[in-house]
Amino acid sequence: MSEPEDLSALMRAARKGDDEAYRRLLLLVASWLRAVASRGLAAAGRPNADCEDIVQETLLAMHLKRDTWDETQPLQPWLRAIARHKLVDHLRRRGFTDHVDIDDHTDTLAAPVAGEEGSALDARQMLASLPERQRRIVEGISMEGQSARDVGARMGMSEGAVRVTLHRALRSLADAYRKGRT
Amino acid sequence: MKTEQLVTSLVADRARSTAPLGRSVSLAVATGALVSLLIFAIEFGPRVDLAEAFATWRFDLKLVLVLAALMAASGACVAMARPVATGRWRWGVLSVAAIAAAALGAELVVLPARTWQASLVGSNALMCLIAIPLLALAPLAALLLVLRRTAPASPALAGAAAGALAAAAAAAIYAFHCFDDSPLFVLTWYPLAAIPVIVSGALFGHRLLRW
Repeated sequence: MSEPEDLSALMRAARKGDDEAYRRLLLLVASWLRAVASRGLAAAGRPNADCEDIVQETLLAMHLKRDTWDETQPLQPWLRAIARHKLVDHLRRRGFTDHVDIDDHTDTLAAPVAGEEGSALDARQMLASLPERQRRIVEGISMEGQSARDVGARMGMSEGAVRVTLHRALRSLADAYRKGRT
Repeated sequence: MKTEQLVTSLVADRARSTAPLGRSVSLAVATGALVSLLIFAIEFGPRVDLAEAFATWRFDLKLVLVLAALMAASGACVAMARPVATGRWRWGVLSVAAIAAAALGAELVVLPARTWQASLVGSNALMCLIAIPLLALAPLAALLLVLRRTAPASPALAGAAAGALAAAAAAAIYAFHCFDDSPLFVLTWYPLAAIPVIVSGALFGHRLLRW
């Protein structure tokens, strides 16, 4: 990471419809989250296996609740608050109630440590539990890298209908995480 | 699923914001208030001397108070719906407190002390205590629905702020029915009527707004 990127600017560009900026932002945030989650898990004495699930649950929350960011404020405190909330929530579901402090690790936001990206173990189970149509759309877009239009053509749906179903699928995934099925 | 694959789906879902938070909250209040207006039209109706009332300073001040409370509560509700809130909403609450203090001071100066009690008790305090929570139901429900998509730092506080906002909207409607315009009455009974709404907002918020 040569130069820290302005995350707030990336989010602003993303809001205006710049998909590339949004992808870059999400990937940057993901690697920062990976460091935060793995330190949080270590501090709580939990195995690191859950790390990628926490990363994905937090990314989902950030995505679905992106309207709660106030554009007049920097993005980082907002990101940190969501990350802290999701980490604490995850640990609490596993019976860990102590205070978890992620503030010590926040300088890594600008320069994420290169981490090995694992696979979220539970995401696969949760994906399998989605209604057929939602699952096929997420798989088509995520795993096969198809566009919403291609998926629509294959399934006999309009592009708009694919996006609506995709959004619903992402909300179902977030709910599944929140209800602690991980 | 790899995180990078999830990111592809998130990007395909579009980062473009659907609506700024402030607009969603206003829309929820407006939608709920429409239902309340209907209840108001059927059950209460405007006071018969509405035209003359507008010419009195007490009625106008009552409207200023409820509208200021409406704006302050909107600011608080939007702030509480965020994971990190700025403190700007406090200025709204402070302004309401300042207007209230000024109104109270003016009334106490203008009114002879022996009529204070009659003004405070008013003509129909019980109606106020029933009408405001009743008219707040629909706005509160609409607000809680909208807030479910937000990320409040404290779900209970966000619910309480939604309750305050719903009560302020209800008060703004009810003010057109109520004959009691004295700041002594308004500043006593309107807040008392708001309390059950705020408490239910907090209780529902605690249950429904967790994320």
